[in-house]
Amino acid sequence: MRLIPIIKIALRALARNKARSILTALGIIIGVSSVIAMVSLGQGAQQQVQAQIASMGTNMLIVTSGSQRVGGMRGGVGTSTTLIPEDIAAIEREAPAVAATSPGVNAAVPLVFGNQNWTTRAEGVSEAYPAIRNWTIASGAFFTAADVRTAARVVVIGKTVADQVFAGTDPVGQTLRVRNLPFRVIGVLAPKGQSQFGQDQDDTLMMPYTTAMKKLLSITHITSAYISATSADATFEAQSQVEALLRQRHNIRPGMEDDFSIRNLTDIADTAAQTTAVMTLLLGSIAGVSLIVGGIGIMNIMLVSVTERTREIGIRMAVGARAAHVRMQFLIESIVLGVAGGVAGIVAGIGLSLLLSRVFGWPQAVSLMSVLVAVAFSIAVGAFFGYYPARKAASLDPIEALRYE
Amino acid sequence: MKPIIEIRHIHKTYASGGAQVHALRDVSLAIEPGEFIAIMGASGSGKSTLMNTLGCLDRPTRGEYLLDGMDVAQLSADQRADIRNRKIGFVFQGFNLLARTSAIENVELPLLYTGAPAEETVRRSRESLRLVGLAGREHHHPNQLSGGQQQRVAIARALVNHPTLLLADEPTGNLDTRTSIEIMNLFQELNRERGITIVLVTHETDIAEYAKRMVVMRDGRIVRDQPIERRRDATAELAALPPLEPVEDAA
Repeated sequence: MRLIPIIKIALRALARNKARSILTALGIIIGVSSVIAMVSLGQGAQQQVQAQIASMGTNMLIVTSGSQRVGGMRGGVGTSTTLIPEDIAAIEREAPAVAATSPGVNAAVPLVFGNQNWTTRAEGVSEAYPAIRNWTIASGAFFTAADVRTAARVVVIGKTVADQVFAGTDPVGQTLRVRNLPFRVIGVLAPKGQSQFGQDQDDTLMMPYTTAMKKLLSITHITSAYISATSADATFEAQSQVEALLRQRHNIRPGMEDDFSIRNLTDIADTAAQTTAVMTLLLGSIAGVSLIVGGIGIMNIMLVSVTERTREIGIRMAVGARAAHVRMQFLIESIVLGVAGGVAGIVAGIGLSLLLSRVFGWPQAVSLMSVLVAVAFSIAVGAFFGYYPARKAASLDPIEALRYE
Repeated sequence: MKPIIEIRHIHKTYASGGAQVHALRDVSLAIEPGEFIAIMGASGSGKSTLMNTLGCLDRPTRGEYLLDGMDVAQLSADQRADIRNRKIGFVFQGFNLLARTSAIENVELPLLYTGAPAEETVRRSRESLRLVGLAGREHHHPNQLSGGQQQRVAIARALVNHPTLLLADEPTGNLDTRTSIEIMNLFQELNRERGITIVLVTHETDIAEYAKRMVVMRDGRIVRDQPIERRRDATAELAALPPLEPVEDAA
């Protein structure tokens, strides 16, 4: 059986009933466009969450010192003084899955510059910190390994601090008093905005951890450490290596509690990504239901069409159409309705998601995958819901069909 | 001459409302190439069943049907569809054209199922329309054509695949007298000049008289089969008719 004439016949039949064909395809258009719009908005949300998490740091582990037990009383997290910079140096040296490390101490500090004052969080970190946490420098420079070694009194400030304290003037090269000690400002960080938890990440000040420990806080331990693994896949391996090494260095016997804790950002990222993926799936399936409703619309119209065109079917059979020709004609008609609705639906869906993201400021990401799935699905819907009417048409008796009024 | 249609002892029975209906009882008939035969009979005489059988729309319950020397009595539905496509052309009382479809597209219909190449399809369809006197009206739709013109389109469609047999079922039933004569004139021309074999089913004696041979059926049997002695000549009758005021085209 040659397909091209049959396709031609089907297209002519659809063209004879333009208004009906368009209305039938409308069901599919709505179904496909809502699937595309929902999925692309869902994926936009997913990408936004992932970008926010990536801004917290790449492949990152955070080690915090644990609680200290003093005569049966257990202090809060960070009260233990057992985590020291040497532990972190050992991790960098000995754990193969670890790429970079930075010790961390922090404290709330008052700042004074001229007649301005501000209180912010001071972070004592190493020169590796910007790479671990995805910070970039807007102007000036970050401090160096030499600054860390010599406990230099230099600071790098966040955008919020720069705005609050130095409003108008260039902070780089200025002297800022931190807890009444003079520090030289050597750089300003590029802004990151709010964290996922609503905290202003730019309200910060960074200095070498050595400076913070010796000159600001007079302590010998650190409260946290930032560790990046060699790759996203290696974070769990790095976590177990760090844990084993710290337990060994802190002489913790098997069965005893850790005096530190490790948080894995990959975990958080995975959970967040899963949540939005579930949301996308949910929205997509609700939209998918409307696609099925559209398919039922096709079946409905095709059944009416078969009844209405009984005589036409009889004529075709009288002049030599086989049952398979008739079946194929009606099947192609419904597939064409499905595909035409699918293509128009893709255009409408992309338009809709662009419009929604423009009006409401939602992120969107039209994915090739959702487009392909929508096309495949609309062909399948056309074929599936067209099969029964097509079979009904093909099973007509030509004599009866010719007599049909 | 070898008959192109030969039916031997055909029976057709079917169940209708619990009762057995004998539509055809032991019908035998031979039709030779170039014949123009009218099948007559009252309604219920079995003439429609005979035509459906001759047209391979239906299968006899019993008996043989040789079309062009091939036994087609027990062919499958698909095989009968192919026979109808290549060997039989149908003309119906109600024209049975596809609505909202141009004349040429209606004529092309059988060729689409034959699988003829596109250019040949168009060429043969134009040729067929020219043969029935509708050159220049290829793109008119049925509702833009008069009844006679619609029937001509149907005849062009029936002829487009060069069938062995042209089957006409009450072809003038919906037409006025003058148009009826015109259509019968076309049939006589096709039969005379192109040697096309025509089987005409009608219940009107004056229409049957344009054929060369008349078969009369009653109660599922052939009761009379004879040549027509005083055959009507449509060309002469048309010439004798008073000239009509040219009618405005429906288009």
